[in-house]
Amino acid sequence: MTTDFWQRLHRQRVPLLWWTSRRTYLLFVVRELTSVAVVWFVVYLLLLVRSVGAGPGDYERFLDWSAQPWMVVLNALALALAIVHTITWFMVTPQAMVLKVRGRRVPGVALAGALYVAWFAVSAVILLLVLA
Amino acid sequence: MTAPEVTSTHDVVIVGGGGAGLRAAIAVAETDPRLSVAVVSKVYPMRSHTVSAEGGAAAAIAAEDSFDEHVYDTVSGGDWLCDQDAVELFVHEARAELLRLEHWGCPWSRTPDGHVAVRAFGGMKKMRTWFAADKTGFHLLHTLFQTSLKYRPVTRYDEWYATRLLVDDGRVCGVVAIELMTGRIEAIGAKAVVLATGGGGRVFPFTTNANICTGDGMALAYRAGAPLKDMEFVQYHPTGLPFTGILITEAARAEGGWLLNKDGYRYLQDYDLGTPTPEPVLRSMELGPRDRLSQAFVHEAAKGRTIDTPYGPVVHLDLRHLGAAKIEAKLPMVRELCLDYERIDPVRDLVPVRPVVHYMMGGVHTDVRAATPLGGLFAAGETACVSINGANRLGSNSLPEILVFGARAGAAAAAYAMEAAPAGAGVAAQAADETRRLEELLDRAGGESIAAIRTAMQHTMEGAAGIYRDGDTLAKAVDTLRELQERATAAGVGDRSRTFNTQLVAALELAAMLDIAESIVHSALRREESRGAHQRTDFPARDDVRFLAHSMAYREADGGCRIEYQPVTVTRWPPGERVYGR
Amino acid sequence: MKEITLRVFRYRPEAEAEPTFQEYAVPLRDDWAVLDALNYVKEEIDPTLSYRWSCRMGICGSCGMTVNGDPKLSCGTFLVDHAPGPITVEPLRNFPVIRDLVIEMTDFMQKLGAVQPWIIRDESDDDPDTELLQTPSEMDDYKRYSMCINCMLCYSACPVYGLDSKFIGPAAIALAQRYNLDSRDEGQEERLDVLSEDEGVWGCTFVGECTRACPKGVDPAGAIQRAKLIAANEAVKAFLLPRWVR
Repeated sequence: MTTDFWQRLHRQRVPLLWWTSRRTYLLFVVRELTSVAVVWFVVYLLLLVRSVGAGPGDYERFLDWSAQPWMVVLNALALALAIVHTITWFMVTPQAMVLKVRGRRVPGVALAGALYVAWFAVSAVILLLVLA
Repeated sequence: MTAPEVTSTHDVVIVGGGGAGLRAAIAVAETDPRLSVAVVSKVYPMRSHTVSAEGGAAAAIAAEDSFDEHVYDTVSGGDWLCDQDAVELFVHEARAELLRLEHWGCPWSRTPDGHVAVRAFGGMKKMRTWFAADKTGFHLLHTLFQTSLKYRPVTRYDEWYATRLLVDDGRVCGVVAIELMTGRIEAIGAKAVVLATGGGGRVFPFTTNANICTGDGMALAYRAGAPLKDMEFVQYHPTGLPFTGILITEAARAEGGWLLNKDGYRYLQDYDLGTPTPEPVLRSMELGPRDRLSQAFVHEAAKGRTIDTPYGPVVHLDLRHLGAAKIEAKLPMVRELCLDYERIDPVRDLVPVRPVVHYMMGGVHTDVRAATPLGGLFAAGETACVSINGANRLGSNSLPEILVFGARAGAAAAAYAMEAAPAGAGVAAQAADETRRLEELLDRAGGESIAAIRTAMQHTMEGAAGIYRDGDTLAKAVDTLRELQERATAAGVGDRSRTFNTQLVAALELAAMLDIAESIVHSALRREESRGAHQRTDFPARDDVRFLAHSMAYREADGGCRIEYQPVTVTRWPPGERVYGR
Repeated sequence: MKEITLRVFRYRPEAEAEPTFQEYAVPLRDDWAVLDALNYVKEEIDPTLSYRWSCRMGICGSCGMTVNGDPKLSCGTFLVDHAPGPITVEPLRNFPVIRDLVIEMTDFMQKLGAVQPWIIRDESDDDPDTELLQTPSEMDDYKRYSMCINCMLCYSACPVYGLDSKFIGPAAIALAQRYNLDSRDEGQEERLDVLSEDEGVWGCTFVGECTRACPKGVDPAGAIQRAKLIAANEAVKAFLLPRWVR
């Protein structure tokens, strides 16, 4: 009788397109998908390192390849996605990290602010290196 | 449904998974880990009504406090109907129990140096109420429930409804219960049974009590032959939200809230409760006892000085002068409840309140070991009447009560179970009887709805057994309830499913409520005096000569109710005048 | 009296193989919550409608349902906020349905026990006659996570739990963290054994919907990410440091 009972339970199934059912789910999936852009930049960096290691000819070819319009568009798009990725993670960081200074919890705004400051500082240093 | 299986047996079966039941279960497990203990509860334990308690739990801990003062406040608050030996041991053990809860992780509110903080409460001469903001019952119940999970000997029957005590030769040896999910009926054998099913506020239409507070355990004991004690004493809490009956804790007044009539006047000063001061004064004005405050409201309404609303007259609770910071720190739930359920903000708005049925001082008669007169049957918490609450319970005594007497019930039941012999053969036949009764009930076709009979009962009780009562109305209510009993016996359930049949539960709960409603009106009719929460307009004075005694309601074989009296135990505090605010 | 239509999920396992929806017209009253409307249906129209409820003040956690697609406590969800309707009332998502609006939740009860939600400490030096000291600031560290009423709204909101019911889930992890962060507790390591399994904190992809669904402001998503940090730290320490330093 008990087995019958368990068979009679109605099992609710998650639909394949569950992530379209709420805006927040959709934003979550978009956030997760933007990590592909981060992966692409890692691959791109590895290709760059390989071409530098292989000598000046390879490096020149890499630069020509990168200058093609579709590559520029791809990289611009990847940059935009990576920025979205960064910002969404900065937004949720205060939820995951609790920092205490002298017994008081550092407010989330300050924590996120510190991350932005660090981000811009590193970007500035890189910009200086590139422009110099 | 199939024939009952008397397969599962335990040393101790506890009916009810609230604070008292869980504390009892842990006490059994700690007495001897070899004992098997079962908790049979009609809801998941963390849903039990203990969860709704707000203000706090009293125990003398402050340096300037003493056990004797806690006893005196309790006994005078109870209009001298408390058994003083019981109150004395209660106040001593309350402290140890609250400390134990602290060691189990209960987040009691603290002073800046890390000690447990105490707050004022109604009818108490000293600050002695421990609190976890204003969600004390919630934290206490979840701490107990989560702690109970570590005790392996505790088996839980979650969402099982106990329908009958199995009694063999004057000794209780188990229960019959239905598993709600499957409709399976089972006889659960036990060497000792503890009833911890809470109160029965749902016999009234307007109550702070949850839907589940239907007096099930009281009715189980009453039908098995145990007496119900002091059932006429039903506490009205002075501050419930209109319509929902949601409780606004006494802590709101202890933190400095005022009760105002329609003219913005602190009307309690007109009822011998002291003179108003800006800061709260202990045992005075808004910090008087609940019975006196609720009675003052009735007089104020009669004078036309209350505010009319679609849900009857109300007065105002004014918290605005406390400020947002204090309300957020000390009364977050009051604010949350007002915002969510009344759509007002106590920081800016007056809170409409009116007296609401809150607690039953009466219950299954027990001694200080939580033992009932029936062998093998114990009771604790609101289900039981020891009696420490007398004719009017003081706020913040009920939470320590469920702990102190829950622990005592568990220990006594464990000791009893270790000596008891297994149940006799007569039990199986009783279980089969009960199964037949339940199946007949499920299959019964009947016109009248359970809800209609329940509503009629609730209005009868409000009319006859409210804040003020009189002989004529009570006598009429006795007849009405008899008639309702007959109508209930003929009514069908209206749902024949075996799967999670909440309508079957409602029918069984109605039967329990009708039984305890009868015990309330019979006890109230016979008590020809006014004392605490029992106020008779035809007998307005206290009568210590005839009625310094506990009413004991026994169920007669024909379903009637017989009242006897038992003396009150007085140790060091002879009956005196109840003085508040002067 | 104005009316509003409730579109209620019905499933009667003895009578039908699949769920259906049934419509009821109920009075649209300003102070009625969805629960009041369901009680009206049960008392006046159809006694067979089944659902759980008890305290009707948002603290017992019984009456969680899916109201117009969102997980809600039906006692605190008001009809007027969904007028003119109809209001669709379904059982909480991601759980098996026993009947009508009643879900089966023994899975959670087992998971709750598995994370050991009780104080674990060496009690040999504790004095039963006095409290263990805890400052208000120490209490603040875990207070938020102790507010869970086990209403199951977060499990209903969590797509990870919906896709894989082995995931321990938001409330159970939040309660584990409630004890991990309690200054009186010493059991973090024992709980980590369960939390750091695949179905533990690492199952969470930080959708964050549990925190949005929580009616008590518990923030289970935050609790889980904090538990991940602890678990990651411990794993790195275990990998790098010799046993006697850890």
